[in-house]
Amino acid sequence: METLVFDYRDGKPVPASNRPPALVGVVGSGNLEVLVEAHDLSGAARVEVVTAATGFRPIWQAVLDDFFNRHAPSNILISINDVGATPAVVSLRLDQAMEAFKAGGAA
Amino acid sequence: MSSYYEASARERLLGLLDEGSFQEILPPSARISSPHLRQLDTPAAFDDGIIVGKGLLDGKPVLAAAQEGGFMGGAVGEVHGAKLTGLLERALDEKPAAVLLLVESGGVRLHEANAGLIAVSEIMRAILAVRAAGIPVFVLDGGQFGCFGGMGIASRLCDAVVMSEEGRLGLSGPEVIETTMGVEEFDSRDRALVWRTLGGKHRYLLGEAAGIVPDAIAAFRDAAIGLLRQAQAPDLSLAAMQAEHRRLANRLERFGQCRDAIDIWRSLGIEEPAGLPLLEIPEFVARTQDRRA
Repeated sequence: METLVFDYRDGKPVPASNRPPALVGVVGSGNLEVLVEAHDLSGAARVEVVTAATGFRPIWQAVLDDFFNRHAPSNILISINDVGATPAVVSLRLDQAMEAFKAGGAA
Repeated sequence: MSSYYEASARERLLGLLDEGSFQEILPPSARISSPHLRQLDTPAAFDDGIIVGKGLLDGKPVLAAAQEGGFMGGAVGEVHGAKLTGLLERALDEKPAAVLLLVESGGVRLHEANAGLIAVSEIMRAILAVRAAGIPVFVLDGGQFGCFGGMGIASRLCDAVVMSEEGRLGLSGPEVIETTMGVEEFDSRDRALVWRTLGGKHRYLLGEAAGIVPDAIAAFRDAAIGLLRQAQAPDLSLAAMQAEHRRLANRLERFGQCRDAIDIWRSLGIEEPAGLPLLEIPEFVARTQDRRA
């Protein structure tokens, strides 16, 4: 297992910072769960990944850079429990999680 | 129509209860996850694979839990079990109209060994305490992983079980039977065999499932509302227990020589028993009316 932390700055504020957390996905083989919470990070956004597959930091970096180019949220904490999901699945879950978060709760 | 089988535990629970009424206790953001899995260097889920909370069903207050089979087969670890036991014990204080258990579990989470075994025994004790207090406990079983092991026993301690054909209920699951008894005894890869032996239709015919519904969240919701409306205090007297034991002994005597579920259905007097697995639920219920064990 490996824990990876990524910080992003210069994001756009997500409206209404007191919205409830959102969770999508399941901790199963080739899958992951993504928890999105409003969090005062002085305008930054943070992603904490706990993954069963070690040694994939550059891939996570690329997938998350791509995600932040699309959504650019700020004051958000994204927590991930991963069991070897492929980059495509990770991207999909991140998009679903943001959608659920903006809609105000669990997907 | 939204499939119960394909939905996540969270989707099932939200779809089952009155819209917008669910309040989760110890949600994922509380991060109460398994301490054992981390020690074993294994990924843990933020909710330890179970969602517990309170809500309304048909306007009545209920407590409800849903197990997520996608996380470790819904297996009961220490935290998972404590959340379920805690919910049941809360029922003793809050006196809801019912407790709903949306089960999907292979039983004890063997990674957690004794902690998981103890958790299951605590769940069983709590179910019996809730029933003794006159609060009904209803089980809904229609998930991808079925309901086996300790949760299979726990389910049968409850007031009623509602299943879809897709749900499965048993003690040892197909792989366990094959591993211990041999493939000649039970071929766990024979899906037709697995479903006609452990699936909802057979459980309904044997009387272990009180109701059978099509695979839809709305159908499970309707069935749960039906159970809630008909709920009555269980007879937990010694005489009732002895009568149940006699009923089970008679059942064994009656069907003990059968080699297959189809043999049982035939001896129940059901016409064209081999065709039962192909029937839609309304037709199946009509065909088997007054023929259940």
